Amino acid sequence: MSLKRTSLNQLHQQSNGRMVDFAGWEMPIHYGSTLREHLAVRESVGIFDVSHMGEIEIIGKDALSLAQKITSNDISKLKDGQAQYSAFLYPEGTFVDDIVLYRINSEHIFMCVNAANREKDFQWVRQHQEGEVEILDQGDAYAQLAIQGPQAETVLQELTNVDLSAIQTYWFSRGEIDGVASLISRTGYTGEDGFEIYIPPNTAPPIWEKLLSVGEPFEITPAGLAARNTLRLEMAYSLYGHEIDQTTNPWEANLAWIVKMGKSDFIGKEALARLKIVGPDRRLVGFEMVDRGIARDHYPVWIEGKKVSEVTSGSPAPSLGKHVGLAYLPIRHAEVEQLLEVEVRGKRLKAKVVSTPFYKKEVSRVDSPGHLG
Amino acid sequence: MNIPENLLYSKEHEWLSREGDVVTIGITYHAQHELGDVVFVELPKIGQSLSAEDAFGSLESVKAVSEAFTPVAGEVTEVNESLLDAPDKVNEDPYGEGWIIRLRLQDPSQLDDLMSPEDYLKYTQEESQG
Repeated sequence: MSLKRTSLNQLHQQSNGRMVDFAGWEMPIHYGSTLREHLAVRESVGIFDVSHMGEIEIIGKDALSLAQKITSNDISKLKDGQAQYSAFLYPEGTFVDDIVLYRINSEHIFMCVNAANREKDFQWVRQHQEGEVEILDQGDAYAQLAIQGPQAETVLQELTNVDLSAIQTYWFSRGEIDGVASLISRTGYTGEDGFEIYIPPNTAPPIWEKLLSVGEPFEITPAGLAARNTLRLEMAYSLYGHEIDQTTNPWEANLAWIVKMGKSDFIGKEALARLKIVGPDRRLVGFEMVDRGIARDHYPVWIEGKKVSEVTSGSPAPSLGKHVGLAYLPIRHAEVEQLLEVEVRGKRLKAKVVSTPFYKKEVSRVDSPGHLG
Repeated sequence: MNIPENLLYSKEHEWLSREGDVVTIGITYHAQHELGDVVFVELPKIGQSLSAEDAFGSLESVKAVSEAFTPVAGEVTEVNESLLDAPDKVNEDPYGEGWIIRLRLQDPSQLDDLMSPEDYLKYTQEESQG
């Protein structure tokens, strides 16, 4: 099967992007140096093409009640123009996907979903359709760019009349960027301030080029999926298929904060109520390597001579100068300072549990920890 | 494409330079570019003997682990320990300060199997089209 391409594919190739298969999409993994791209986002500004992400829209009189039923977070207090990190759960309480939900108005809900889950999510939402709503798979209708870093607002402001400083974290606005109707959201997956914009695919290349041009004084750089991964890992944000999937539930994944048991019925609620009483037998923790070596996804994790799990995500953390990872540990070991071993190509290397996020900013306006892979 | 004239090349994208019966081995400009930033290097022990096509160490980028292979047999006489603290030399100067190991050749005729700069250029071009 041939890989899908975003409308920016040619520009990535021109920028020396190294293209790889990601969830069936040909995407740039880096443009020469992941480290440089990572640090640019932490220190100044970078832009990511995340057009592979899916979008699902629910439109109609009963849009809110359907969205409330199929997501774990509570949308009853959301105002028009507000966004929320949330999840679709199976009746068993495990993850269909994690999502960012946007309330455009009481009859229009917009959801950003993971690329790998787009088809599954759309079918899943349709399966639970009720009331007067239309459900649309809009993945091909939008390109998505993420402008991330302390200079993101300054750079993006050059291309829009929307007052970006008035958009709070996890709020959005609809307005024009470079004359193109856009959804402009103060969200991201990096731990930095920044924006994600949704625009028609054919308008993405000129906007991308203009961002690079107005961002030049700030040494803006295109950033690839590898930097996106190290940035999110430093924040210990979950990535579907790694930390969360159809076998994990929000209690053990440290995502209790996106589950509102007090709200009216939602799919997965009953199972989660039972699981809460029993209590999780494992919990996701962050660790850093003590011995010299890098933990990678799926490397075995050992405690007291027993293999207990696998690394869900592991990598160097460029902003910390350390090698870190995430893994599920049996609940009695899931405490800071717990020692563990990561099996790196046959050798067991020492690591220890540390508090997350790994990367702690001195000053931050990003106070909401919810972000989407 | 940066392919110095005075070196020999392997299909696994290592370069070799020979002085007497000792060869210096590193990875090519093309290989380090494919790999991305090298952030971690694992080296063999001095005195270790290697057969042709043995893995002699690993190079890790932010995203992945790659093994480095020796195209010729020999005994490790020297390793570039400076890479342990500065693995980025592999990216910045792959043919110079980014060298990885030195081997005492067991069978110099194995060098005949390696590629000339011209052949290696063709090889990388064909590979990237394939």
